[in-house]
Amino acid sequence: MALTGVQIFKLLPKTNCKKCGFPTCLAFAMKLAQGGIELSACPDVSDEAKSALGEASAPPIRSFALGTGATAAKMGGENVMFRHEKKFVNPSAIAVNIKDNDANLAATAEAVAGSEIDRVGQKLRIDAISIECASGDSATYEAAAKTVAEKAPGAAIILNCRDAAVIEAAAKAIADRKPLLYAATDETAEAMAAIAKANGLPLVASAKGLDALSALTEKIKGLGVEDIVLESGAESAKEIIEHNTQIRRAALKKSFKPLGYPIINSVIRDDSILETSIASVAIAKYSSIVVISSVEKWKNLVLFSQRQNLYTDPQVPMQVEQKIYEIGEPDKKAPLMITTNFSLTYFIVSGEIENSKVPSRLAVMDCEGLSVLTAWAAGKFTAAKIANFVNESGMADMVEVKELILPGQVAILSGALEDKLEGWKITIGPREANAIPTFLKGRE
Amino acid sequence: MSFVVPKESFGGKVLAVDFGKEGSKLTIGGETTLPFLAFEGEVPNRPVVAYEIQDCAPEDWPETVQSIYKDVSGDPVSWAKYCQETLGAKAIALRLVSTHPDRGDRSAEAAAQTIKDVLAAINIPLIILGSNHIEKDATVLVAAAEAASGYNCIIGKAQEGNYKTIVAAALAHNHKLIAMSELDINLAKQLNILITQMGFDKEKLITDPMCSALGYGLEYTYSVMERIRLAGLAQNDPTMQPPIVGDVGMYVWKVKETVASGNDVPEWGELEERSISWETVTATSMMLSGSNLLIMRHPRAVENVEKTIDELM
Repeated sequence: MALTGVQIFKLLPKTNCKKCGFPTCLAFAMKLAQGGIELSACPDVSDEAKSALGEASAPPIRSFALGTGATAAKMGGENVMFRHEKKFVNPSAIAVNIKDNDANLAATAEAVAGSEIDRVGQKLRIDAISIECASGDSATYEAAAKTVAEKAPGAAIILNCRDAAVIEAAAKAIADRKPLLYAATDETAEAMAAIAKANGLPLVASAKGLDALSALTEKIKGLGVEDIVLESGAESAKEIIEHNTQIRRAALKKSFKPLGYPIINSVIRDDSILETSIASVAIAKYSSIVVISSVEKWKNLVLFSQRQNLYTDPQVPMQVEQKIYEIGEPDKKAPLMITTNFSLTYFIVSGEIENSKVPSRLAVMDCEGLSVLTAWAAGKFTAAKIANFVNESGMADMVEVKELILPGQVAILSGALEDKLEGWKITIGPREANAIPTFLKGRE
Repeated sequence: MSFVVPKESFGGKVLAVDFGKEGSKLTIGGETTLPFLAFEGEVPNRPVVAYEIQDCAPEDWPETVQSIYKDVSGDPVSWAKYCQETLGAKAIALRLVSTHPDRGDRSAEAAAQTIKDVLAAINIPLIILGSNHIEKDATVLVAAAEAASGYNCIIGKAQEGNYKTIVAAALAHNHKLIAMSELDINLAKQLNILITQMGFDKEKLITDPMCSALGYGLEYTYSVMERIRLAGLAQNDPTMQPPIVGDVGMYVWKVKETVASGNDVPEWGELEERSISWETVTATSMMLSGSNLLIMRHPRAVENVEKTIDELM
C-alpha cells in the first residue's frame, strides 16, 4: 500500500543534493508520495530503497508503451475516474484485427500504415494491428507477423494467439517491435510468461471475470512479467462498462495492485456502425486498447474524433488556429466578424454563421484559448491587440468595405477600436451566438 | 489479495419522469447510480430515443438525412405517421421551426393547429420543441401547451430569457418541461431552481445542458452531464436530479463531417457511413455521460443506438 512522505524520506539518501530538482530529500519524498514524480529521478537511491519503494511508489495503474518508437502508444498511468477531475492521460490505442491467413493481410497492414490524418493540429492514426492466428500453424503465423512488421513499420503489433507453441516463433521473429502477446490464460500462463520474459514483451492476462483475472495477473507477475494487459472476458457493452469501471476503481480507490494495469477490449461486431458505437463505449470507459475489425476512413475519423474529445485536458482550453476562416464562399462584400480562439467559441460562432447561410469571414484571434468575455477581462482581447491583429492579418485586403463586426459582449471596445483602426467602421454584433443568423440576415 | 467488487452507493437518485398518455406512457430516469452501472444500483428505464420531425420541410438538413423523409416531410402529420408506422418510433419530437421569425414566422395559433393534427395522428408520446427564438417561443410554446392539453407531453425549451410564461403554461396543462441552459452546471442548476420556485414540480423537469456534436465541443457536454449526474447522485443535490435530454440531431446534422462528400474530402471516407456514425457516436457518448432522452434524425443512427442500448441494459 502507499507510503507516506515521511516513510519514503527515511529510505532516501538524505543528502539534499538537489539532483532530483527538489531543494531537499523531504520535498522529493512528499512529491513522490503524491505520485507526481518517479523514484528514478533520484540518481543516488540505494537498491534496497528501490525495492522497498518500487512497489509503494508505483503508479496505481502501471504505465508502459504498446509498440516501439515515436508512434508507440503509451497506456495506463491514469489517475481519475472522470475527465473533469483532472484529465485522462493516455488515449486508447485503436487496433485492427486481421487473420493470419487472410489474403488481405498485407493490404490491411498498408492501410493501417497510411491511416494517419490531421485533426485540430494532432496527428491521429490506427495505432496497432492485431494478428489473429486462424491458421493454427506456426510457420504461417510467423510469416504473417513478418509481413505486418514490414508493411506497417510504425504500427504496434498484437499477436492474437492463445497457443504458446504457435506464438513463440512469431514473437521471436519480431521481438524488436515489442509485440503484445495476446493472451495467456490460467492454463497457458507459464508457457506464455516464459516467452514474454525471454523476449522482453508485454503479455495480456485473459480470464473470465475479475476474480479469476486478479489471480492470473498475480501468477504472471510471480513468473517475472511486469508489463501486463487485462482482458476480463467482457463482451457486451454492459460488461465492458461494468468490468472496466470496477477495474479502474479497484486500482485507483482501493490501490488493488492485481488490477492496476491497462485494459484491452475487443468490440468486433457484424455491423460496422454498431462496432463503431461499441468502440466509442470502450474509449469513453477506460479501455487502453480497443480492437476493431476493419480499417475504414469514416470509422477512423469518428473514433479518432471521439478519443481526441474525451482525452482533451479539461483544464487547458482547446484552441483553434489564429486565422481568417471563410464560411460559405464569401466575396469581397461578405461580412467580417471577429472572435477569440477558444475552440468552443469558434465552433458555436462558426456554426451559427453556417446556419445563417450568409457567406462570411470569421477572424479568429489568438487569445490563448479564452472565450470572448474572459479574454477581454484578462487583457488579451483589447482594442490595441485587436487593432494589431487586424493590421497584421491583412484583413483590409479581403473586403471591399472596411467594416469589422465585434462580439456584443465587448461592445465597450468599439470606440477605442475605431480610434486605433483608421478607416474602419466597427459594428457591434449580437451578444449571444444564437442571434447571429438573425443579425446577418438582417444586414442583407 | 482477493478481489472485492468496488461498489459505490449514492444518497441521491435520478428522478423518474413519464410522458405520453395513459397506455402509451414512457418513463425515463429513475436510476440510483451512474449510467448503466447496474452492478451497484438500479437502472430501471432504458434511455428513450425520439425521432425529430419539423413543421416545415427540412431544407437545411444534409441530403443524407433529408432524402429519407422526402416523401413525407412536406407535411408534419405524414412525417409523424411515417416515423411511428414505418420506422417504429417510440416517441416523436416535433420542432416548430417555421414559427421562427426568420424561418416563416408562422403564428402560435398555426403551430397549435399543427400540434393538434399531429397528436390526432399518432399514439406515441410527443415532445414539442420551439424554434429556439427566445421571444417567439414564449408565445408559441404557451399555445402549444394548451393545444396538447391532456396529452402529457414534454414541452421545451424553457430558457433563462423566457421560462416564466412557458413554465406557467406547462403547469396549467400538466406537461413535462425541458429547461435549457448553455453548457454550465451552475446555470443549469440556477434555472432549475428558478423554475421550481414558480411552483413547478421538479419531478416534471428535464435538464438540457446543451448538446454538442462529436468533434465540436462534445467533451464539454460530456463533462457537464457527468458533473450534473454526480451532483445529483453523490451530493444528493435535488436540483440536479431531473433526467437529462441530449438534443443530438440538430447539432450533428450541420457539421462538415455530416455534409462533405467523400469526393470532396477523400481522407474522411464515405459520407453515408460517416454521417450516420457521427450521429450514433454522439448519441452513445451522451448516454454514457447521463442522457436519458435522445432526439435524433437518421433511422440507421437510431437503430444502432437502440442496439447499443440493448447491449448496455
